[in-house]
Amino acid sequence: MSLDRGSDSVQAGGRVEVEPGVFATLRPKRTVWQSIRFFATRKPLGTFGAVVAIILVLVAASADLAPHDPYRTNVATGDQYSNPSAEYWFGTDHLARDVFSRIVHGARVSLYVGVLSALMGSSIGLVVGVASVQLGGKVDLVVQRFVDAMMAFPGLILAIAIMSALGASVNNVIIALTVAFIPSTARIVRSQSLAITEMDYVLAARAVGAGNTRIMLKHIIPNIFALYLVVFTFYIGGAIISEAGLSFLGVGSPIDTPSWGGMLSGATRQYISLAPWLAVFPGLAIFVVVFAWNVLGDALRDVLDPRLRGTD
Amino acid sequence: MKTYIAKRTLLFIPTMFLVTVAVFVIMRIVPGDPALMILGEGEEGAADNLTVEKLEKLRAKLGTDRPIYVQYGSWVGNMFKGDLGQSYFYEGKPEVTFYLKDRIPTTVELTLMSLVLASIVAVPLGVLSAIKQDSVSDYAARIITLLGIALPNFWVAVMTIFFLVLLFQWAPPLAYEKVWDNPWTNFQQLIFPAIALGTSNMAFIARITRSAMLEVLREDYIRTARSKGLAERVVVYRHALRNALLPVVTLFGFELGRLISGTVIIETIFLVPGMGKLLIDSIGNRDYPMIQAVVLMIAITVLVMNLFADLLYAWLDPRIRYS
Repeated sequence: MSLDRGSDSVQAGGRVEVEPGVFATLRPKRTVWQSIRFFATRKPLGTFGAVVAIILVLVAASADLAPHDPYRTNVATGDQYSNPSAEYWFGTDHLARDVFSRIVHGARVSLYVGVLSALMGSSIGLVVGVASVQLGGKVDLVVQRFVDAMMAFPGLILAIAIMSALGASVNNVIIALTVAFIPSTARIVRSQSLAITEMDYVLAARAVGAGNTRIMLKHIIPNIFALYLVVFTFYIGGAIISEAGLSFLGVGSPIDTPSWGGMLSGATRQYISLAPWLAVFPGLAIFVVVFAWNVLGDALRDVLDPRLRGTD
Repeated sequence: MKTYIAKRTLLFIPTMFLVTVAVFVIMRIVPGDPALMILGEGEEGAADNLTVEKLEKLRAKLGTDRPIYVQYGSWVGNMFKGDLGQSYFYEGKPEVTFYLKDRIPTTVELTLMSLVLASIVAVPLGVLSAIKQDSVSDYAARIITLLGIALPNFWVAVMTIFFLVLLFQWAPPLAYEKVWDNPWTNFQQLIFPAIALGTSNMAFIARITRSAMLEVLREDYIRTARSKGLAERVVVYRHALRNALLPVVTLFGFELGRLISGTVIIETIFLVPGMGKLLIDSIGNRDYPMIQAVVLMIAITVLVMNLFADLLYAWLDPRIRYS
């Protein structure tokens, strides 16, 4: 628990002035580079995750540099099911589209869906969880029953049900996954903010007359932020794998969208023995990226919030 | 303990009610009018023969001409009579419950098989990993579990089929045999789907077992057991594992949710006629009453299993005194 938060409420009316040097004896201040080096040496696997995440962002940003148009079908030339070659690095699919270019563009879809749905799901969940504790009483009871009910649906099933109603589109996938992420975030955030509400510094803040809003913004949310960041990181991986799953089932991104999951379904499954590269490369892309976000989430959890650390 | 059971069971009722509301609301965000969709989607030119009378007749038949709360009320009311609605797609035998009864046993069998397989591998792996902490085998086990959690089950399934075709010219069978008709064929048909389904759960259970074992092995009663001179095997299995399995039990409900999500994908790939495949087929058929019924059944199953897991946990762990 950091000491510099919440100290403003110790004295009524005005901040407690603390010499910057006081905390230096408790924890040496690190430069950004030192922090990165510290993280890299302590958490090599997490660093690997961070590097893959950065590569994913770069690939998604520069997807237009891909050698071929991911949508262009080329059946006339008879280039369907080409083996991986210098022209087509990862081969071509049943419509003679370049698999490598589709994977590169698929990174854009994955990242777009992953970041947006994780951000919205965890943020709305954060607000619901914190508000539920602050408003307390009946509101908390009712909100928690809603959370219970939503948690009865396994995430993917809820997303499938929503997608069946909304229809296949990338933005609908984001809506469906956001809804699926809210209840579990709200539950985790609630239990954490309940614990924080019991802390002495919150009691002290109340004693000097701080209202609900102030306590929420100045004490609870800053102290939950580490948890929020960890949840957000894990959800990006979760959203990427879910988007792939939905598109694989044909209820996610529209069929011609270059989505990693969609690339594994349909013709790929039918002609897998003829063209195994169609299944190998998109699958590897999903696997490596999800693995990376998971280990990054694990490492962030260990570094940011030791209370959450498991024994693994 | 009794108050806890009563409280926990009572909470089940409002949650159940909200679950039915949630399913109903999700299925009503469908844009457009189902009657119009059904009439418009028939054979060529069906839309041209569309008349207001036909539309109103179908609306009356589907019940969509009534106010929304009446529709909800009759849906829940019929549910108590064991009627979950009429399929839009299967015209000969439209009762949704008929298809559910046919499909549920298959999915239950697949889920149980995969859970058993996953546990057989995962628990020893987790125990080994914990008692040999920081050894080579521990690192190997941890890497396997980390990779297993990130492996998408649909990719595992697709690659499993690929290798089966490559090695044995095996393909998912078109005709599915039920376990009571032909147990051996049924086992052969379900074993690979069960393995593909269980991979990530195996990894997850192994991970939980490892961390629970590590925690328990540091407890005082383990030191006591060792200092009494008990054999290490007895300490590990009698004293440690029994207590370490408690958190594994609590996560059962959560695991079940993951498994059910997985069955949707695995059944679709391996052509297993269970609930998951029914759900995906019904989405293709725009058979909303069927989707609604399948999603509801899944949610009820998870709720009941969670209740069961919580009660089991309270019963298993006498240290817990619920107020």
